Amino acid sequence: MSLEKLELFEVFLRSKRGLDHKHAGSLHAEDKEQALEYARDVYTRRSEGVSIWVVKSKDICASQEDDSDSFFDPSDDKPYRHATYYDIPKEVGAM
Amino acid sequence: MAEYNKSEAELEAVFQQKIDSEQKIEPKDWMPEAYRKNLIRQMSQHAHSEVIGMQPEGNWITRAPSLRRKAVLLSKVQDEGGHGLYLYSATETLGIERSELIAALQSGQAKYASIFNYPAQTWGDMGAIGWLVDGAAIVNQVSLQRTSYGPYSRGMIRICKEESFHQRQGYVIMMELAKGTPAQKQMAQDSLNRFYWPALMMFGPHDSESAHSAKSMKWKIKRETNDDLRQKFIDQTAPQIAYLGLEHPDKDLVWNEEKGQHDSGEINWEEFYAVINGNGHSNRQRIQHHVKAHEEGAWVRDAMSAYQQKKSQKQAKAETAA
Repeated sequence: MSLEKLELFEVFLRSKRGLDHKHAGSLHAEDKEQALEYARDVYTRRSEGVSIWVVKSKDICASQEDDSDSFFDPSDDKPYRHATYYDIPKEVGAM
Repeated sequence: MAEYNKSEAELEAVFQQKIDSEQKIEPKDWMPEAYRKNLIRQMSQHAHSEVIGMQPEGNWITRAPSLRRKAVLLSKVQDEGGHGLYLYSATETLGIERSELIAALQSGQAKYASIFNYPAQTWGDMGAIGWLVDGAAIVNQVSLQRTSYGPYSRGMIRICKEESFHQRQGYVIMMELAKGTPAQKQMAQDSLNRFYWPALMMFGPHDSESAHSAKSMKWKIKRETNDDLRQKFIDQTAPQIAYLGLEHPDKDLVWNEEKGQHDSGEINWEEFYAVINGNGHSNRQRIQHHVKAHEEGAWVRDAMSAYQQKKSQKQAKAETAA
């Protein structure tokens, strides 16, 4: 199997228990078990993670950067969804 | 998977050691069955509360006194639906299906916050609910950000970020009414009177009476006791009531200099248990409405599933052609 034919995987690491998995990078592998081992070898050499997720890149469905204006604009005109939109007097404490 | 060769007692020791050293438990970790069950109960109850909580406020969307207030309320109710989704999804990481959770809600086997069995009668109630009900929920949820189960903790962090807007918009409604005409001020007072005590009940029974507290504290599912959280809420709410120039509904409330906190009157626990056990004003209506909305939404789910089928058939055809 040539390297070009290998499947591309995205690697996500949880740096500490309780935190989210974060995208760390990608790699080629023969299958998902192999991808997990490669990810451990290259992405957690300095104890960067306590848990690894690998996902086939082609299985990721992503929004398109070019469409992002119209895709996200329903939230652009709703400032009242933000806490700072409301003036709360100092006397009543944090809210 | 060496972990699974250990005995139950050894596994439990490792588990408790993780908890004691403030590490989070994640979905694929070994956990005692009772921990899992306890979490499912608490998290699903929390999710149900978000979803049922949409009803008293949803009731006022068409009657909000201005377009801006309508948009704000709609946005808040939308958030509650979203919070329900986060929490149901987090609960599902414990190996239970959404449909089981919903069935338990609709059969009455699972509970939700009993505050939502009180009707929302006036526009003032939209203020009192945002300010007091969301306020009490925030006190509880801030504490739960440190819960021992990872997905629950992360869900709480996300929810708390969104929740601040809810409480503030409620307090702004109260400020507007309290500074308004005598009738408006009376409306604010009436809403405060009706929602203050039920908001205190949201923290649950006294620690001495709470069935799940001790185990939940040992496992750090809960980080602070019902009474401690309630005290926090009482203390933070007192100056907020004073600022509005409204009368405090608790006539026994006094500042205790020595303790650095308020002493307060006793909650009507008879009412609390009556409402929890199904005899509040709106219990039946809330569940009936949930069932009705679920059934009336069936055609949308069917349509989405039919569309998905059609799409995948088309795709399969295109692939065989190519």
